[in-house]
Amino acid sequence: MKLTKTLLATTALTVAAGMVNADGHMSSELTIVSWGGAYSASQKGAYHDPYAEANGVTIINDDSSAEAVAKLRAMSEADNVTWDVVDVVAADAIRLCDEGLAMEIDADTMLADAPDGTKASEDFGDLLVSDCFIPQIVYSTTFGYRTDLVGDTAPTTVCAVFDTDAYPGKRALEKRPINNMEWALLCDGVAKGDVYDVLATQEGQDKALAKLDTIKDDVIWWSAGADTPQLLADGEVIMGSTYNGRLFAAIEEQKLPVAMLWDAQVFDLDGWIIPTGLSPERQARALDYIMFATDTQRLADQAQYISYGPARKSSAPLVGKHISLGIDMAPHMPTDPNNAKNTFLYNYEFWADYRDDIDAKFQAWLAK
Amino acid sequence: MAALTPISRKPLSFVLPTAAAAGGGFGLFLGTGNGSGLIGVLLGAAVIAAIAYGFIVVIKNEGLAKWISIVGFAFVGYIYSGVALAITAGLIGMFYHWLIYWLYEGRYRAKLLPYLTPGQVAWHYGFRCIAGVIFIFLITPILVIIPLSFNAQDFFTYTPGMLRLDPDAYSLKHYQDFFTNNEWQRSMKNSLIIAPFATIISVSLGTLAAVGLSQSHMPFKGTIMAILISPMIVPLIISATGMFFFYSDLGNFMENTLGMSKNFAGYIKVILAHAVLGIPFVIITVTATLVGFDQSLTRAAANMGAGPLTTFFRIQMPLILPGVISGGLFAFITSFDEVVVVLFVGSAGQKTLPWQMFTGLREQISPTILAVATILVVVSICLLTVVELLRRRSERLRGMSPA
Repeated sequence: MKLTKTLLATTALTVAAGMVNADGHMSSELTIVSWGGAYSASQKGAYHDPYAEANGVTIINDDSSAEAVAKLRAMSEADNVTWDVVDVVAADAIRLCDEGLAMEIDADTMLADAPDGTKASEDFGDLLVSDCFIPQIVYSTTFGYRTDLVGDTAPTTVCAVFDTDAYPGKRALEKRPINNMEWALLCDGVAKGDVYDVLATQEGQDKALAKLDTIKDDVIWWSAGADTPQLLADGEVIMGSTYNGRLFAAIEEQKLPVAMLWDAQVFDLDGWIIPTGLSPERQARALDYIMFATDTQRLADQAQYISYGPARKSSAPLVGKHISLGIDMAPHMPTDPNNAKNTFLYNYEFWADYRDDIDAKFQAWLAK
Repeated sequence: MAALTPISRKPLSFVLPTAAAAGGGFGLFLGTGNGSGLIGVLLGAAVIAAIAYGFIVVIKNEGLAKWISIVGFAFVGYIYSGVALAITAGLIGMFYHWLIYWLYEGRYRAKLLPYLTPGQVAWHYGFRCIAGVIFIFLITPILVIIPLSFNAQDFFTYTPGMLRLDPDAYSLKHYQDFFTNNEWQRSMKNSLIIAPFATIISVSLGTLAAVGLSQSHMPFKGTIMAILISPMIVPLIISATGMFFFYSDLGNFMENTLGMSKNFAGYIKVILAHAVLGIPFVIITVTATLVGFDQSLTRAAANMGAGPLTTFFRIQMPLILPGVISGGLFAFITSFDEVVVVLFVGSAGQKTLPWQMFTGLREQISPTILAVATILVVVSICLLTVVELLRRRSERLRGMSPA
């Protein structure tokens, strides 16, 4: 058994070495894991369909990104990785990379250069937050409110969420501390620059929870991105946080009486990883796909379907109109200057260090 | 049925409180929907009692009261929200008119035996009310999704347009999405591949096991039965975790040593896993049919020179067929509805309908799920009707009257 394994591994290595330039040695099937819904539809339109057509590859979608980390662990333990390319948020990519479940990517050799010759590492810039992570979009978690239910003065700051006198009614917040704690401190008078310093302390965490406590009775907690648009459609909440693309779909496609509250939106990244432990043919196919799907034009194309900002600097000028609605997409991007007057960037280091502690506290507070 | 008991008019002191109680029950629904259940109950009771008093004391004409009641309720409904509610309210008006005169004229007593005490009469109708309430409790969650699947919007919400019965608020687009969307069609196809094969395996193995277990000389019957039934009893998530590791190894063996394609091996894994889940249902239903099977028939067949195989297919099988088929239908539905095991054992190439619904529900609340659910409800009702008809047939064959 051991001998067979060694033999197989050696053969695999030899094959891998021999096929750097050989196009014929890529598998003809590609399993891509993503989030489902409108987001997967945007990837299908911008990446999957053109790639499948050009290369004669069958692409299978698996909407399992929500449990990607757990499933990849189990698959690697069972030595049976069935996924080729996985779409995850940056925080998950960092975890997978640390655990050796995602392969390292050298941006400059494995990803396409910008049309003007700029190297990929420079084009993506700061967004390459992990060695294994290939950024795809910038999205934001922000608030939407029912224009017909908030009274005469529409909210303009995130602190309206905490002001139940001016805006009575239920609000939808995500059932986790991330973002909520920051917003609570911000509205409790902590300066934006100090938020994470304060949140690192015991008193700071208590202070944030105390602020959340003032609206606890008025909060409906959500766990899937589709919940808030549904709650807004029902009129069950008057405002709620969710991903900006979901709100865009509710406002522009479903014509709900909802408006965006971009204030203090929190940027986060979403992108690809390639699992370790793939056969050489499958890995070659996955890399070929990634090279295609993250080039400048393709990232800009995705913005025709959904209002998430492309991760490459060179893609921004190419963002055009929505493919079926025909409206300009640029003003709906979270990165548009008008929307990005006051923003947060998800603080990966902070949350990597404090997540477990604050999670426990938050859950205990929720259960109280 | 002819009247069993002569009827007589009842005093107001009985009619008014009873009608008021019925009004209060309806008021509870409306009141809860509009903020306060208690106010709803009180208002409903007062309104119906007042109407009853008006009908009996002031109008005194049943035919006239009927039209006043229907038109009056419909008018209030129309003012409140339009044509749809007017029709519903008219029907409610008809019901309360019927109820009031039913109580007042003592008609409720007509078809009951004359010697029943008032307590027994009350229980007779009370029992039916309780049964009706339980029925509503069981069926409403299923019925409520059916109109929603025709929603023109992409949300699980009864829009104001839908409540007004506005044709523009309804559409078949979610059904269209189901029949044209690749992902849904692929998962439909997968379900239709996996469920029949899993059923065939479950039925063959389950029937064999049941026939074997029904033999009188079989040792350790109870233990073997318990082990075979265990997939039905062990929490699914635990079976699924175990199956994940077992079938991963099996899958690697099939792909690497036998050289099967990844997709084909995937189907085999899921089909086998679902067959395991279906076998207990077949064993239970077939064992139950075998209880009524007369073993002297097999001895008679053997006496006349038939081998065991001939005996099984010509004598035993036709008689236990209803049990086999209903077991097979249960196995089919188990595989068709199953989401946990396939999530663990299958890969995206084997995505079944319930899996697609599960991810769709979490990531995007799309009414396409409701359209699919409606289709599945209809299919399930058809399958269960078949099971029930078979059960009655088998009881008839055994000389029992259908219960």
